Amino acid sequence: MAPYSPTANDFSAMTEAPSWAHWLGTDQFGRDQLSRIIYGARTALIVGFSCAIVASVAGLVLGVGTAYFGGRLDLYLQGVLDVVMAFPLIIMALAVVAIFGTGVHNVIVAITIPLIPRCARVVRSSALSIREVPYIDAARACGFGHSRIILRHMVPNVMAPFLILLTAFVGQAILAEATLSYLGLGVQEPVPAWGLMLQGGAEEYASTAPWIAIFPGLAIALTVFGFSLFGDALRDALDPKLRDR
Amino acid sequence: MYRYIIKRLLLVIPTLLGAAALVFLLMRLIPGDICVVRLGSGGGTFDERAVQVCHAQLGLDRPVFLQFVDFVWGFFRGDFGISMWSGKPVLTEIAARFPVSLEIAIMAVVVANVIAIPLGTISALKQNSPIDLAIRVFSIAGLATPSFWLGILFILAILNISQTAFGSPWMPPIDYVPIWRDPLRNLAMVIFPALTVGYRTSAVTMRMTRSAMLEVLREDYIRTARAKGLVEQIIINRHALKNALLPVVTLMGIEAAFLIGGLVVTEQVFNLNGIGRLAPFPPSQMMCRCSIDRSCAGHGSFAAVSRSAALGCSSS
Repeated sequence: MAPYSPTANDFSAMTEAPSWAHWLGTDQFGRDQLSRIIYGARTALIVGFSCAIVASVAGLVLGVGTAYFGGRLDLYLQGVLDVVMAFPLIIMALAVVAIFGTGVHNVIVAITIPLIPRCARVVRSSALSIREVPYIDAARACGFGHSRIILRHMVPNVMAPFLILLTAFVGQAILAEATLSYLGLGVQEPVPAWGLMLQGGAEEYASTAPWIAIFPGLAIALTVFGFSLFGDALRDALDPKLRDR
Repeated sequence: MYRYIIKRLLLVIPTLLGAAALVFLLMRLIPGDICVVRLGSGGGTFDERAVQVCHAQLGLDRPVFLQFVDFVWGFFRGDFGISMWSGKPVLTEIAARFPVSLEIAIMAVVVANVIAIPLGTISALKQNSPIDLAIRVFSIAGLATPSFWLGILFILAILNISQTAFGSPWMPPIDYVPIWRDPLRNLAMVIFPALTVGYRTSAVTMRMTRSAMLEVLREDYIRTARAKGLVEQIIINRHALKNALLPVVTLMGIEAAFLIGGLVVTEQVFNLNGIGRLAPFPPSQMMCRCSIDRSCAGHGSFAAVSRSAALGCSSS
């Protein structure tokens, strides 16, 4: 799909303005911007989806589990999650990257960890309200085991906030990955990533070659924008209370 | 009621201790030895003994648990220790950078509210109209745009506009001058980062204002006010907006705490020497250990306190 290789340097075509040969221009090493953005999408989506899925599933397990069992476990786990939540997402991610090092896999870990408590908290609060509903008591009275009550009766009922969070996380994770890469602590060259394209020389070439700075950022913004819109629509569709607002 | 508040405040203590422990743990887990980096940065050679002397000076040869106790005890006495990286007291390191960050954060909150509250109100008043749609798209775009990219775009725009207007490119100053000494120069430096961060923050506030306004506008007392023939302007400003802003103000408190954390990236883009500069780990000198841990702990505890305070307010 991409017209050029995302990593091939072409020193006869450095910092060229957008043209028919290079639709979005070339960067300071003569790499085709369009091809790099197309390949960068792969990195962004892999990071976005894997972080979102792992973090929200872990959050779902922790949230429903602590809400259902309650007691000491709930108190201690909430304490731990609160501590993680006290740090802004990006600072936490920076610290994790500093320990494990850079690269795609470590970036995924670094972004997933701070996302988990954010999901667990939302899932827990909606699971807590479900726990008090009579049909859970009824299920218990029927002699169903913990796992059956949790899986068949509680999990389906927290699906609405869970799915909304999942889509929101995809966007957040893509943003966080771009930020880390921009700071030089995320994905490393030669893997093409949108944040890296902005780091490369966007500021130095800002006045002479603005397309280097504009297009990768536009790619990030539009992708995250799309996921946000999708999440909003999903919320409107899944939450009957919000429907006529 | 008082018991509840006290209970909530006491619950902050374990969270703070946990945050301190986490920061301490993270910093000790970062690979590399501060002493090796420090001694090696001069380019000269050094032997094992120099490293040991350095360890002893920094207290790194003591058991890890005792180091942690020292670290936490220091907080209680207001002694934040000495930066292992620069050798200066951490408090002076932070104090030198804090005014910049604080000013940007305050300005950003101002910017955010100036954008968010009128737009959110208009959006609620004209619900489902094209104007409402445009405002909502504007606010989602604020959440979707990476702040560092917005910063780059600002710089780009400043360069291009000043180039065409004055014939030579102009950049905002990067050295901090207190606002009471040279207000113009100070504002020229602070306003663009504040706009960058403020726009992003405004998105959240705007949505909150909108949904709170929509809720309030459906209340009975608004209908009563309309029925007695009050001017629409007064109904909106005095009756509706005042009540709708309650959750918005709560949110603002939480956001303000997190803003300082979010400045990390923006300060990088605008090349400002703010507190965010202590927190990111410059790849070439991974180890600003102590200064990082204190500043991270600063962020963490600040956020934790304000969060609990906000929770206390909203749930009591």
